[in-house]
Order: sequence, then structure tokens, then C-alpha cells
Amino acid sequence: MSSEPSRAPHTAAEPLAEDAKSFEGGGPASAGPPPPVQAKSLTKAFGAVTACDAVDIELHRGEIHGILGENGAGKSTLMRMLIGLVIPDSGSIIVNGTLVEIPNPVAAAKLGIGMVHQHFSLVEALTVWENVTLGDHNRLDRAGTRDDVAELGDRYGLHVDPDARVGDLAVGLRQRVEVLKCLRRQPDILIFDEPTAVLTPEESEELFYSLRQVVEQEGRSVALVSHKLAEILVVTDRVTVMRNGRVVDHRPTSASDAGGLARAMVGREVKLRTAGPKQDDDGTRGLEGPVTNAVPAMELRHVEVREPGRMPEIDDMTMAVQPGEIFGLAGVEGNGQSVLVDLLSGLRTMSAGEIRVSGTVIDPSRIGVANDAGIAVIPEDRHDSGIVLEMTVAENLMLSDPSRFATSGLIDKTGVREEAQRLIELFDIMCTGPEAPMWTLSGGNQQRVVLARELASEPVVLVAGQPTRGLDVGAIEYMSDRLRRVADSGVGILLISSELDEIFELADRIAVIYRGQITGLMHRSVATRERVGLLMGGDLL
Amino acid sequence: MTDSTVLRFPGARFAELSLLYVACGLGALVLSGLLVEVVGADWGDVGNALLDGSVRRPGRWGGTIGVAVPLAVVALGTVVSTRAGLVNIGQEGQLYVGAAAATYVGAHVPGPGPSSLLAVLVAGTLGGALWAGLAGALRFWRKVPEVLTTLLLVSVAANLVGYGLKNSWLLLDPEAKVGNRNLVSPQLSSDTRLPRITLWGNEFAVSVFLALGLIVLVGWMLSRTLWGYRLTVVGSNQRVARRFGISESTQGMIAMLASGGSAGLAGAIMLASGDFANYRVVPGFSVNIGWVGLLVALVARDRALAIIPVAVVFAGLRTGSGFLASTGIERRVTDVVQGLIVLSLLVPPAIMFIRERRRALAAARSRV
Repeated sequence: MSSEPSRAPHTAAEPLAEDAKSFEGGGPASAGPPPPVQAKSLTKAFGAVTACDAVDIELHRGEIHGILGENGAGKSTLMRMLIGLVIPDSGSIIVNGTLVEIPNPVAAAKLGIGMVHQHFSLVEALTVWENVTLGDHNRLDRAGTRDDVAELGDRYGLHVDPDARVGDLAVGLRQRVEVLKCLRRQPDILIFDEPTAVLTPEESEELFYSLRQVVEQEGRSVALVSHKLAEILVVTDRVTVMRNGRVVDHRPTSASDAGGLARAMVGREVKLRTAGPKQDDDGTRGLEGPVTNAVPAMELRHVEVREPGRMPEIDDMTMAVQPGEIFGLAGVEGNGQSVLVDLLSGLRTMSAGEIRVSGTVIDPSRIGVANDAGIAVIPEDRHDSGIVLEMTVAENLMLSDPSRFATSGLIDKTGVREEAQRLIELFDIMCTGPEAPMWTLSGGNQQRVVLARELASEPVVLVAGQPTRGLDVGAIEYMSDRLRRVADSGVGILLISSELDEIFELADRIAVIYRGQITGLMHRSVATRERVGLLMGGDLL
Repeated sequence: MTDSTVLRFPGARFAELSLLYVACGLGALVLSGLLVEVVGADWGDVGNALLDGSVRRPGRWGGTIGVAVPLAVVALGTVVSTRAGLVNIGQEGQLYVGAAAATYVGAHVPGPGPSSLLAVLVAGTLGGALWAGLAGALRFWRKVPEVLTTLLLVSVAANLVGYGLKNSWLLLDPEAKVGNRNLVSPQLSSDTRLPRITLWGNEFAVSVFLALGLIVLVGWMLSRTLWGYRLTVVGSNQRVARRFGISESTQGMIAMLASGGSAGLAGAIMLASGDFANYRVVPGFSVNIGWVGLLVALVARDRALAIIPVAVVFAGLRTGSGFLASTGIERRVTDVVQGLIVLSLLVPPAIMFIRERRRALAAARSRV
């Protein structure tokens, strides 16, 4: 390992190893050297909203510490304070027994705190080693960096070709590069923000295996921010649950269970997803198979999306979503799902094939046609194509058919407000009223606005792209429940998700998308997680 | 919780921001005063001269209105294009082309006064719309950034109108011998001019009512009509707009034409009101009204009604500067003052951001 110029002296390897040894007998919670990171009564308010309210947290050496919480519970604000992206209003951060100030990420790095962000910060045009060395000082050391990448890869089982161009790598490998980049700076404390969102189940396991090594063999500490209960239960040693900016539960993972954690997170009982094929409440739907004699709600025939001179992004895709069916499309992110959602939103054009809604051919490349034909969409990224943040809730709710609220071009403000009020109540949208600016709503409530609007337009088919991404357990439960009820009312649902739990809980039929192609289609009753997982990873059965 | 530097009484932020605006306003005044002192004049005299020239002396505020009207009309169009997410900065050229089209029509279209006047105003609007439309077409058919094209078309407009003023088959009036400036267009006949009214010794053209009506109308349309709604959606999130069948190019073209049309109309008003160049188009006719109108829209932060006071203040600076000669300083000093005013209104939000960050950092440091 070449020496790392930006490292502070107290994070040198020797004392670290010593510390780790000294812990072997007494266990991390006992008296001894101070914990690597201690946050005392950290508070941060954004305007009237207190994101973190007197939060205490303590990370220990040799432990993976899970931080669980709803969206907006304050877990990312807490982590951003530790990494120096947000400055606390009050409270203190103590690193290795010393009270410190962390004004920016560079200072955090000097204190030995590193973070792997949810959204990659890699330069696609550069190679792996170039990305890893990015941010170093002094001269470029090509050989040294490449050796580092190889050596770290060996040590943690994170093998990546140091000369590969990042743009050519699959998402799972990019994640590795991101982790390697962080590890090479030898941080004592590693923060992972939702690291598995883009990984296959297998890749997630590999990542957690590496994390285990990092904490157990080298005595570092890891903070794992996640909303996946199962992950927290399996991987972490200790868990802190946050709700509404406060720590509501804190305990060793061995002393907790899924039900208890979920309750702490949401503040009430929640119905948890059960893994594997599940019996429907009515016991019938999903077992009879698709209604083959009905006209499909939406049908894709040999659809291809490709830019001239490039690989197709959607390749010869044929599928039919029946009325009243939830058609699950599983796949690792980045295999054409977002292109498909964009195509069905009228944001991309197809180069071949046809799309039918209720048997009628439509041309979704013509602006607004997909929406008018009855294709409702919950986009993957609601900020990108789902809502207008600068406009009010009422204005966002009238988007799908504004002319409904206008006579000869003049908007009927009262009608708009009344309809918005109705939808706000019907969908339990938490906001100060129809005139509230959209950006004042939490992520879950913004998603409800999208759902309310799309369903109010009485669609034929609902395309749900990663509908529960970034939502907390309570909001996921709500969304799942809604989707099921919508399907029961006869709407066909195309559920695009990278979360197997979601697919297995909701879908009647399961298809797998890999590199823009459908590589498998099976009925849920015969589908297994292993088979779907393998298909997602690119194995053809 | 004990940290009083961070947790302050409610409304503290508003109070602080207001204070910043006042402080920046004063700062602009002090800097302007210093500037005046440096060039060797007395700032009290200068202030008096500005006020005399813009409002105090008999008949002066009529002239100020005459300048404020085209400024406001230019700014109004800018508000529309900004709402659609477009950056039109070529009002100066659009205004010039509008004025040229207006004077051409005024000279060549015969007819009874009122209909001829209407034709002049319409021609000005169409001229400006055409000039902005060129940039709009390039933007929506060929993806050429409108920031560049609108700006560059200002130079093209200046040269084009300059060419017109050298050729009698276009704009040149060969008979006119206006001092040493012989490249001028024919004068509008007296019945195609905007009527002027006199109020308490101040004389101004009726275009002021046209401008006020337009401001109210456009402000209302932006907030209450489907057109304004669609325009706002396009300006805020083009992908959402596209998904729901709102065409970016249609709305964008409309906004661009409206914006250029306003600038062109302002040019026609300048021509027909007689406050500028005596009912003729001359080289350099636009006298920066397009640029200053853009500033008015910037300071009004794209709110239609806010245009009115801002336009009046900027017009006052301009007319007031005419009286500066008596104080012995260059009248262009008011351009600097104008720039300082713009800065004093744009700087406080930026300072606020920096202060909030510093304060948070200091609070963090005090705990270490």
C-alpha cells in the first residue's frame, strides 16, 4: 500500500491494529479507548423542519452499525453532518475522544471518515485507476495506484480491472470502484448510503462479505444507511432506528426482530412483506394465470429503441399486460427499465415495433399521446418527469388533463382547489393545503401526489417504475396496498422493480429484463427467487 | 438549544434580509456619492439635478413616463420568455427592427390616421417578433442556444437597419436634412402619431395606458389562463411538460414571439410617441432601451406588476441625467448608478446565503 498523503497521523495503521486487538477481549461497548465517532445531541433544522433533533449516536470499532429510518427521518442529514456536507446547528462530534469540527468532506477525510454515496461520483470517460486516484494530491502515480487497486481487490474480494473504462463497467462493478476509492484512503469510519439499491442479490452479498472483512479483520467501523429491514438484520451488529429526526430505538441487532424494528421506524404496526410466493387474500388472483381471451390493457410487439449507430436500449420486446393483472418486470437497474418508462411516457421514440392500448395502436412518440390513450406512469425519478417542484400541489394534480379545469382557456381556480382538496383527503397527502408548493412535501407525499394524479385520470394501464424506491416502510405498505386495489379495479399494471421482494409480493406474472431484452417470463406460482435472481444477473436458463 | 446565535426569534430571517436590502441600497448610494466626489462634483447638487430632471421641474415627469413606457413593455416581454425557461437577451435588436418596420409602414401605408397608427404599432410588433422568431426557430429546430442567437442578432439588426437608412427604397428619407445627421427615415405624418395629453403641465403620449393595460393583461394571463399554466410547466420541467402533451417548441415559440413582439412594440411606441428622435428612426435609435428593459425585468424578478415601479425608477435616472450637465459631471455617471442599483437588489440574497453558512460554521467552531 503506497502512503496516502491526505491521511492524518492519528489514523496510521499501527495504532489502529492495536486498538482492534485491545477490543478482542472486552468487546466494543466496554470501557477503554474512546469510540471512533461519537455524536452528541446533534441538531439540524432546515427552516421550520428539524431534520435531526438532539441525535446521539456512537459507532464502534469492528462493528457494522445499521441506521434505519423512514424517508425524511433524518438519517441522511445525520450522515451528511458526519461527512461535513451539512453543518449542525448544535451538538458536538467527537472523533477518537477529541471534539472536532467538520466543515467539509476534506476535513472529514483527514479525520478518517469516508463515505460511499448512493449516487456514484465516478467519471465515466476515465479508467478505474484514474477514478481511484482522483482527488489525490502530488503527482499521478499510475503504477502505485494500479497496484493499490489490485491489492485492495485481493484483500477484500473486490476485483476490478484497473485499466477498464468506468463507462464500460456494469453498475455492480462501478459500486466496487466507488468502494475501492473510499477504502484506499484508509478511513477508520466508512459510511455507506443505501449501497444495495443498484445491486443484484448476489452482488449485495459479495459487498457485505467485504464489509464484514473490513470491520472484523481491521477493526474499522462501518455505518450502513438502509431502508431494507432484511439487510439490516442480516448484516449489522448494532442498529439505530430514527423517526422524525429522533433516535427512537438503539440496540444490538441480535436483540431485535423485523417486526419490532418496523414498528419503531413507523411508529405503528405494519404489515411486512413476506418473502416467496404468497397466498392472495382472495386466494384466487394470480393462480388462474392471465385472462387470455381478454384484450390486453397494453401490448408491446417487437419494440425496439435504439439511437442510430448504437446498441439497442430496448431490443425486440414483446409483452402483454392484461386488465387487472400486475405484470412484474424484474431486473437490475440500468438494463433498459428507465428507457421503457420513458418510452411509455412519450419521452423517447421507438425505432421499431408497435404499442397497443386496449387493442388500439398508438404512436407514443407523438407528444402527449401515451397519456391521452390511458397510460398512466409513476416515473422512476419523480423529480425528473413526475412533478414540477416549483408549482403548487393543486397545479401538479391537474397536470394530466388541465383543460378539464378550464373554460375557453380560463382556469377555474375554485374547481382546481376543490379537486385537489378531494385528492389530498382521498390519498392522505400530508401538506398544508392545495396551495402548498410541491417542494415542501416529503418524498413519500410527493409520490402520493403522483399516484393520486395518475389514478384520477382513470387509466387503462399503470406503469409503475420503481414505485417504492426511497420510500419508508409505511409508505411502501401504502403503495403496495394501493397498487393491488388498482389492479383489482381492472387496471393493468406494469410493475418495474429491481427489488425482488416487491416483485414477489405483488406480481401475478414475472418477467426479467436484461440488457433491454426480456430473458424470462414465468407465472409467480412457479417462480423462485433463485431463478429470477440468476436471470437478472444475465444467466440464460 | 442554548445556542442563541442559531436559534433566533421568528421572522429574524426576514428582518435580516430587509436590513440587507436597506444596507445594500445605502451602499449603492454611498458608492454613487463617492464616485461623484471623485469626478469633482458635489453629490448634493447631483442628487438635486437628478430629481429636478426626472420629476421636480415642471413638465419633467411627463418625459420620465415617456421613457418608462418602452422600458416596461420590453420588460413585460422578457417576463414571458423567462417564464417559459428561455433566455432572450436580444431585446435591443428586436426593438430596433420593430422600430424600423414601424417607420417603413408609417411611410408607405396610406390611410386615415387611426388605422395607419394601428398599422405602425402592429408592424413594430411583427418586426420584433420576426427578429426573436429567428432565434426561436434556430433554438427549436436546430437546438442553437437562444442566449447566443438573440445576442448576436442585435449586431445583425443594427447593421441591417443601418443599411436600410442608407437606401431610399427602404428607410432613407433623402429630403430630410436634420443637421449633420442625414441618414434618417421619413417623419411619421402628424395623424399617425400617438396622441399626447397634458396633465398638470406634463405632457405624455397615451401609450402609457396601453403599457399599463398590457402589464395587467399579461400578468393576469400568466396566472389565470391555461396558456400561462402550460408556459410555466414548460419553463419549470420540460420532461413533465412533454409527458402531458405540452409541446416545448410550441410554447417556446409563442413565448419567444411574444417577447420579441413586445420589444418591437416598444420600438414602435418610441417612434410614434415622439419622446425619442422626433418621430423618425435614426442610427442608434434604440438608445439602450432594450438593454435597460432587460435589467428592469431582472430587478422585477419576473413579476409583471413589479415592472411598473422599477421601470419608473430607471426612467427617472435616465431623464434626470439630462440635468447633470449643470453640475459639471458626465451624464454617463447615471449608467454606473443604474448598475449599482441592480447590484444592490441582486446581492442581498447571495449575502444571506453566505452569512447563514458562516454562522453555522461559527456555531460549530464555538463548540469545539
